[in-house]
Amino acid sequence: MAEWNAAKPKNAVAAWVEERLPILSLVNNVVGVDTPTPRNLNYWWNFGSLAGLMLVVQIISGVVLAMHYTPHTSLAFDSVERIMRDVNYGWLIRYMHANGASFFFIAVYTHIFRGLYYGSYKAPRELLWMLGVVIFLLMMATAFMGYVLPWGQMSFWGATVITNLFSAIPVVGESIVTLLWGGFSVDNPTLNRFFSLHYLLPFVIAGVVILHLWAKKISDSGNPLGIDVKSNADQIPFHPFYTIKDAFGAGVFFFVFAAFIFYMPNVLGHPDNYIPADPMVTPASIVPEWYFLPFYAILRSITFDIGIPFTDIVFIPAKLLGVLAMFASILVWLFLPWLDTSKVRSGKFRPTFRWFFLFLVIDMFVLTVVGGKKPEGIWPLVGLIGTAYYFAYFLVILPLLGKIEKTLPLPESIANPVVKAAE
Amino acid sequence: MSTINETIEAEDGATRRDFLHVAAAGMAGVGAVMAAWPFIDQMNPAADTLALASVEVDLSAIGVGEAVIIKWRGKPVFVRHRTEAEIEAARAVPMDVLVDKQPDAERVQEGHAEWLVVLGVCTHLGCVPLGTKEGDDRGDFGGWFCPCHGSHYDTAGRIRKGPAPKNLEVPTYAFVNDTTLQIG
Ligand code: HEM
Ligand code: FES
Repeated sequence: MAEWNAAKPKNAVAAWVEERLPILSLVNNVVGVDTPTPRNLNYWWNFGSLAGLMLVVQIISGVVLAMHYTPHTSLAFDSVERIMRDVNYGWLIRYMHANGASFFFIAVYTHIFRGLYYGSYKAPRELLWMLGVVIFLLMMATAFMGYVLPWGQMSFWGATVITNLFSAIPVVGESIVTLLWGGFSVDNPTLNRFFSLHYLLPFVIAGVVILHLWAKKISDSGNPLGIDVKSNADQIPFHPFYTIKDAFGAGVFFFVFAAFIFYMPNVLGHPDNYIPADPMVTPASIVPEWYFLPFYAILRSITFDIGIPFTDIVFIPAKLLGVLAMFASILVWLFLPWLDTSKVRSGKFRPTFRWFFLFLVIDMFVLTVVGGKKPEGIWPLVGLIGTAYYFAYFLVILPLLGKIEKTLPLPESIANPVVKAAE
Repeated sequence: MSTINETIEAEDGATRRDFLHVAAAGMAGVGAVMAAWPFIDQMNPAADTLALASVEVDLSAIGVGEAVIIKWRGKPVFVRHRTEAEIEAARAVPMDVLVDKQPDAERVQEGHAEWLVVLGVCTHLGCVPLGTKEGDDRGDFGGWFCPCHGSHYDTAGRIRKGPAPKNLEVPTYAFVNDTTLQIG
């Protein structure tokens, strides 16, 4: 268990503040010199701090964009064009924000899959993991509403399709959709409330991030070996060791980020979003942002009802089932700590698990491709198989595998990572 | 304290104080729900949004086999002047192949079978199906085709294939005279 050390600053002003508000201790104990951290963290552990940095980038660039943006259906598109053409460095700030969302998701996806491989969700880190899932859900909502703001064709039709998902809910569905829209279609009231919430939610995310870090302090960082810290020899202080390592990683990450901003700012976006929204014309195909594609593929892969075969009796119509599957695909992560029955945390020592995990990663890429294709030819079938494997991984494979897999022997300690020789 | 509680304790162990606690908390709960309602209901359509008027359509400009898109309450409405063959095709479909069973006669007004008026909103997730403009893909059943997730509608606007669960919705409308249609 984590211990708490009071900071004793030498600087008189710092000491005066610390006595009244122990904020230095707080920082020191969570990401500072008083944060003992496993000495063997690899580069996959960089992505948490990268995600945090991207949140800061989004908030700074977003607040500035909001100074020039107008949330009205007749002005929104032009105000974004004005940001691009007339506002000093407006193009830079908007490209940072638009690509920043993508890089935020790259960081978070990597962070999540790091956790899936190294078993970061297992005791005692269940709540830490679940808070992460909450952050991810909030991010999805934020990014979705942000994408509506420039009021292009994809903004409008993406918003229409996604809000209509709620119409699948029995009985109250239609009323919920009207409530979300504030009208009879996606229109000005919708744009206004999305702007309000898009501004708010990132700060809610920041709040949950604080809880996430607090839980990290209490349960300590995990590590690639997945074994518990046994002695001081297993640990090094977070600062300066991991602050430096994180800073180095951030340099590399921002290098790639900058390459996108300056050389290919629109490759991750859809060209149709440079066409002003037209409620009378649907674009030839509606494609969400790349980071939503796997879940969009799951939504679309369900085209069958659940009911009594050969009769007209339907319990769950396809539309509702698709929506349920899409939400379930993320909510299932909340139950992961209890679905995975293996006592061994790290995938390093689970020879069979590693294969299934590899297939899951491939499956995510396949679903990403399927989500971007028109649902014709072979794609619906590929999507259905991908969806089936996705759920099988969490609901069948992990629960069973933990019971039958023969895991490799665990090393003695982090400082002495050799397998105890058989006597 | 304890002596007071003992003196007024009822047979089943509940005290007057317990009752007051429950009643007060209950009232506070009701108050909280009532205070929350305005904050939820403000999201619903405002009075001016609800007051959107009806629109009139000049039918003389729509030739046989043609169709137009009219904007009504921010949504597209398809008005289609059907050919004899299209009406025949719609009427010939046996009920049991339909997903959302409804005869063609119920989807048009009596004596005006050539005019099909439907909301241009796919009942799957709300895209505008293709098939109104010349040269559009009209799908496998000659009506409309929704490109978003591939729903096919027939010449009565009924869903025949694809993920959409229902037929295209028929809005309220009336024929003001021979050449004028009023939607809403
Ligand atoms: C979690 C953090 C955030 C994410 C993931 C995010 C995501 C997005 C996305 C994807 C867009 C559409 C970009 C485009 O294609 O044009 C957008 C637009 C916008 N965002 Fe954010 N955002 C975040 C935080 C913020 C914050 C904190 C603010 C304001 C305080 C803000 C203000 C805006 C504005 C004004 C726009 C419209 C201008 C534009 O489209 O470029 N965002 N956001
Ligand atoms: S919205 Fe028309 S098929 Fe999905």
